[in-house]
Order: sequence, then structure tokens, then C-alpha cells
Amino acid sequence: MIVNGVEKPLPRPMTVQEYLEENGYQIARVAMERNGSILPKASFAETMLEDGDTLEIVSFVGGG
Amino acid sequence: MDREKAIDEAKFSFGELREALVERHSEETQQKLERGRVAIAGLGGLGSNVAIALTRIGVGHLHLLDFDRVDLTNLNRQQYFLDQVGRYKTEALSETLQRINPYLDIRLDTVKIIDENIEELFQEDEIVCEAFDVPEYKAMLVSGILEHFPEKKLIAASGLAGYESSNLIRTRRVSKNFYLCGDEVTVSTYGKGLMAPRAALCATHEANMITRLLLGEEDV
Repeated sequence: MIVNGVEKPLPRPMTVQEYLEENGYQIARVAMERNGSILPKASFAETMLEDGDTLEIVSFVGGG
Repeated sequence: MDREKAIDEAKFSFGELREALVERHSEETQQKLERGRVAIAGLGGLGSNVAIALTRIGVGHLHLLDFDRVDLTNLNRQQYFLDQVGRYKTEALSETLQRINPYLDIRLDTVKIIDENIEELFQEDEIVCEAFDVPEYKAMLVSGILEHFPEKKLIAASGLAGYESSNLIRTRRVSKNFYLCGDEVTVSTYGKGLMAPRAALCATHEANMITRLLLGEEDV
């Protein structure tokens, strides 16, 4: 996979939700595009990642 | 103060104001700015500064959204005044904007933005500026806009607290229509809270990217 521009291996079949949790993301603060389209948060738990996926994961920090 | 009253009390006519803008920007540029339709979601340290910058250059249609009232602790970075504490930010800010240019079309929505009203609220805007404070709301709005309106331009912000170097704040194009401003890491900590200089820096990154898009430049 390509995650935020960097090539990363997909360690095993897993959902987006599992991937984000294992990599320390706080799900409620994430906006994510998969292969150029937004992935709604409601589908994180059922979307399986694939080896050729390109992910853009934006993890927001507070302040405004 | 309503718009008609502001226009009545203005010392300069629409024509005089426009001529002054054209003198600075050129006729072609001004026409593009006048056609602009920009929503600003959140009117704190980011949004109040973005709104003032876009008003000064004469962006024709601004849509301001915030449910909150001005608090005394906002004044360290947000564009409000002591006499406006306790008032809705939408109303307080629109008065300030009308003092700069009463001839612009300003729509106010004093509502809390949630997943369920994003689709209805942002129908008419061509560009959406995310200017919230809370990261969960930032993520919600960005996901909602990209999902419901993938054709609209979206400018969001993340990472602007404290007094770290100015040069860590940048604008990047995350995807075709989605731009992100800020250092993307700095959170508010004890002694390094949100402060006017860096909040305004990030706000101005957002405002300049919006200006670039209105004038046909899509690169950061």
C-alpha cells in the first residue's frame, strides 16, 4: 500500500478500522481518502484494505 | 446591525469602494473575487481572520457558520472586541465585516454543524473553509464535505497552537480538491496555548489558498 505517500506493507488481511487502531490513530479525529475518494467513517469497520491501496490519512489536531 | 443600515451609514458608495479595490487588484481580478462563494465553518481564531481577509479583498459572497458566543478568553486571538463579549460570533463578526465593506453578500448560520446538516448547509458554496477548534469536528466536517460535495474545494487547518516557528506552518494539497494548512502536529499545551500570531498565520494560509482558487490557481 501507499500510505500518505510512503510505501507500507499490508501485514495481513485487515479492515481500515483495525489498521488505524493498530497504527495509533484516534478514529474520531481522522479523515481518510482511499484511492482518491473519501471513505466515510461508517464504513471503516467493514472495508477491507487491499495491497494496491493508496491511502491519505489526515489526523487532525485541535486548535482554531 | 443589518446590512441596509450599514449601507445607509457608510461614508462611501458601492462605486467608490469598488473603484478602490479595482485600483489595487485590477478589474479582471475583482470580477473573479466578486463572483466568489466561500463558506467559513467556525469563527474563532481561524475563521474570524479568514473572513476579514476575504472581506478586505472584496470576495462577493461569504457564508459564516458558528453556533457559539464571544467569550473573553477568545480575545487573545480572535477578531472580536470587548463590547462584543456574550454576543453570537456570526452577528458580531458580520458587524465588523460591514464596517470594512457593507456591500458584500453575507449569509449567517448560527447553528451547530453536525453530520446530518452538512449536506443542506453547504449546497450553495463553491469553497468551504474548515475553521473549527475541536479535532473531532474538523474530521467530521472534512469527511462530510468530501463525501457529499466532492466537486467543491475544501481548505482545512490542523496544527497552529503555541509559538513554534512560523515556518513550520504550510499549505499542502492532500488530494484534488482538499487542501490542508498548519504544521499538522502542534497541540495546545500548558504555557503554549492558542495565540494570535500563529493562529493568524495559519488563517492567512487558508485565506490565501482560497484567494488563489478564486483566481484560478490550483497549486499550493
